[in-house]
Amino acid sequence: MQRGELLKAVAGAGLGAVCAPMIRKARRLCLFAFFFAAAIAAARPGQDPIAALTADDLAHGKRLYVGQCALCHGIEGVGGRGPALNQPTQRRAKDYQALYVVIKNGVAGTEMPSAWHMTDREVWRVVGYIRSLNRVEDAKPTGDAGRGRELYRAKGCAVCHIIRGEGGASGPELTEIGARRSATYLREALIDPSASAPEGFLVVSVITRAGRSIRGVRVNEDSFTVQLRDDEDRFHSFRKNELRSLKKEFGVSTMPSYKTLAATELDDLIAYLASLGGAK
Amino acid sequence: MKNIRLLTIICCLLFSVAATAQVPYKRIADAGAEPGNWLTYSGDYQSHRFSRLAQITPANVGRLKTAWVYQFKQLGRQETSPAVVDGVMYVSESPTIVTALDARTGRTLWSWRRNISPLVKTIGFGRSNRGVAILDDTVYVGALDCYLVALDAKTGAVRWETKVEDNSAGYSITAAPLAIDGKIIVGVSGGEAGIRGFLDAYDAKTGKLAWRCWTIPGPEEPGRETWGGDSWKTGAGSTWLTGSYDPELNLLYWGTGNPGPDWNGDSRPGDNLYTCSLLAIDAATGKIKWYFQFTPHDVHDWDSNQIPVLIDANWQGRPRKLVAMANRNAFYYLLDRVTGEFLLGEPYAKQTWAKGLDAKGRPIVLPNTEPTIEGNLVWPSLQGATNWHSPSYSPLTKMFYVAAREMGAYYYKGEAEYKPGTFFAGGGERVLGGDKAYGAVRALDVTTGKMKWEFRLQEPPWAGVLATAGGVVFGGSNEGNFFALDAATGKPLWDFQTGSPITANPISFLVDGKQHVAIAAGQALFVFCLPSAGTER
Repeated sequence: MQRGELLKAVAGAGLGAVCAPMIRKARRLCLFAFFFAAAIAAARPGQDPIAALTADDLAHGKRLYVGQCALCHGIEGVGGRGPALNQPTQRRAKDYQALYVVIKNGVAGTEMPSAWHMTDREVWRVVGYIRSLNRVEDAKPTGDAGRGRELYRAKGCAVCHIIRGEGGASGPELTEIGARRSATYLREALIDPSASAPEGFLVVSVITRAGRSIRGVRVNEDSFTVQLRDDEDRFHSFRKNELRSLKKEFGVSTMPSYKTLAATELDDLIAYLASLGGAK
Repeated sequence: MKNIRLLTIICCLLFSVAATAQVPYKRIADAGAEPGNWLTYSGDYQSHRFSRLAQITPANVGRLKTAWVYQFKQLGRQETSPAVVDGVMYVSESPTIVTALDARTGRTLWSWRRNISPLVKTIGFGRSNRGVAILDDTVYVGALDCYLVALDAKTGAVRWETKVEDNSAGYSITAAPLAIDGKIIVGVSGGEAGIRGFLDAYDAKTGKLAWRCWTIPGPEEPGRETWGGDSWKTGAGSTWLTGSYDPELNLLYWGTGNPGPDWNGDSRPGDNLYTCSLLAIDAATGKIKWYFQFTPHDVHDWDSNQIPVLIDANWQGRPRKLVAMANRNAFYYLLDRVTGEFLLGEPYAKQTWAKGLDAKGRPIVLPNTEPTIEGNLVWPSLQGATNWHSPSYSPLTKMFYVAAREMGAYYYKGEAEYKPGTFFAGGGERVLGGDKAYGAVRALDVTTGKMKWEFRLQEPPWAGVLATAGGVVFGGSNEGNFFALDAATGKPLWDFQTGSPITANPISFLVDGKQHVAIAAGQALFVFCLPSAGTER
């Protein structure tokens, strides 16, 4: 293969510089979604590709799912870094035709890559396996989302996170977080933020030649420069040859742990976050 | 008096136009004698991508300024490497556009665009065009729809066009052709479409096929036994980068691509000759004189199309004609280019698939490194420890410079069913991206393969390198930096943010006696030079 043109689209999300081409590529792929959908309809007139799957197909679909999807969506589709799939409907895939398109093409602007390397039949097998997962009715978080919203405000979460245009940007935007992350994942992230330090928010410490120390979240980096945002939301730009040291704190989050919250408060906060983005 | 001066100017102009129109084969064969031009894809037949210009040095490169910028006509990233002849730059762009520019100002002299259907098949690669070839008064370009087209160098008018192969079966051309004495050599893409690969030679004047060298042996041909069943028919082995040429031996050196299907080798038991190989081909007949296979029975898509660099150097005390290649599979190889004898192989980047190479250069493959349904983590990724972007060799430092990619990937094995003109790959990969990957420009001792220095890059690069007699190595980063390193030490000397990932190879040339350096980045071609005395800002 000549170049990772398509392949680069599935490169791990990270820096803006990495993400931007990925998103552009994903957008282009999305344009193809319509054609794929048309192709499905044309190729299988009157047939139900799910009904046609055999037990062997589903077993193969499971192997593909476990190897390539479960890392984010959980072994039994319970969700995690990606949304739960053991639900009656998906926000981005209302039916299995739409699920096929999502798997085949990925979702632009998210961590969901395209399964460009799977044949149509392999994608259908994965769709079939996902459809076979236990359907659980939406296990609503036990907390009170309204109280959670007040807590969100009171605890100052908005200093670092944006919801519907309001808030700071030193942490990930949360406008659709309920649609992207499972409640279990959100709970773990609140208790131990560093265990799930989000990509694209790498903590970096620099010491300049003059001896000044600055710590912040990396906004961008190239082979010669690095740009940071400190905890007071100020931008800093450095040429690397101006720095005495540049330390990347992988696996570290600047977010404090909220394990000190009362259990009910934690439940409320999770209920609020899970409600964002019309999550199921 | 005034009229005489005018007449003189007109005569000079006429002469310069006539000069732009003549690039006889001898000029290309002796390209090193005129470093002010860039006459062929890699600068010379040896593919050194080395400029003998020495005006830009480690001491002054920090003062480089933009001379001019040319905006491409087409949206999307460009992978082109321009050619420069007597003050005219010929630059190609996707899908198949050739433009002649005034090398002094970047102003267009003519532009030609082939009408490429939006339905053209480019299966497994981008709609790129990497450059042109020039011979006598003609510019040659491979078209995305798999035609070879000859253009009048003065006007861009089409002289002839020849169908190389059928695009509907997945054949395409992205590589710059190579012009030798009376012939135009052209390779094809299509390794993910189950093509049967070949290298073609065409008569430069008429466009008539002179010979075809199949990279996959047919029935009754030696090497056919390395393919189970009928798998040779869809065996791929594309020839999608520009090779090298030794005029004295009259041998072409051309790398071949992956076997098909890429990641599922079940249907093609055997070594799958001549995929992932270097072929030495008789330029007169198209017959294979020798081959060396880097990765027998490849299942990681490690095409071996990388640029073969021809080097004359002492090997174990006696002068030898050598060919060096930094292969996608992460090993640097040195072969005797007369016989194909394996001399040396050393890893130049992280690799987890081979214990090493045996005495004949065959990899000792580690168990459990094949793609699986669930995914198997292996270094390098399918994009390889390097890829199509060019290396460079400096005869002054005796170093081989390569832009290396440090990236692993989970390799997946999938189903592969051949349908003509469709993706026939049998799997794929998920790369370890972000901060888990990085890149480097590395300088290797050309005869030992040992690393002399490296300059680390934030991301795995897609840009080639250019070494110069001034002692500078130019390179590009995936984050958009065009930069200069000290050729002896790797120390960074200068950098410029172009605003787009760089996916092209640099070249150097003279304008008005002044050294310029050019690189395509994103949708623009940037040209740099030192400021004239008194004009520095």
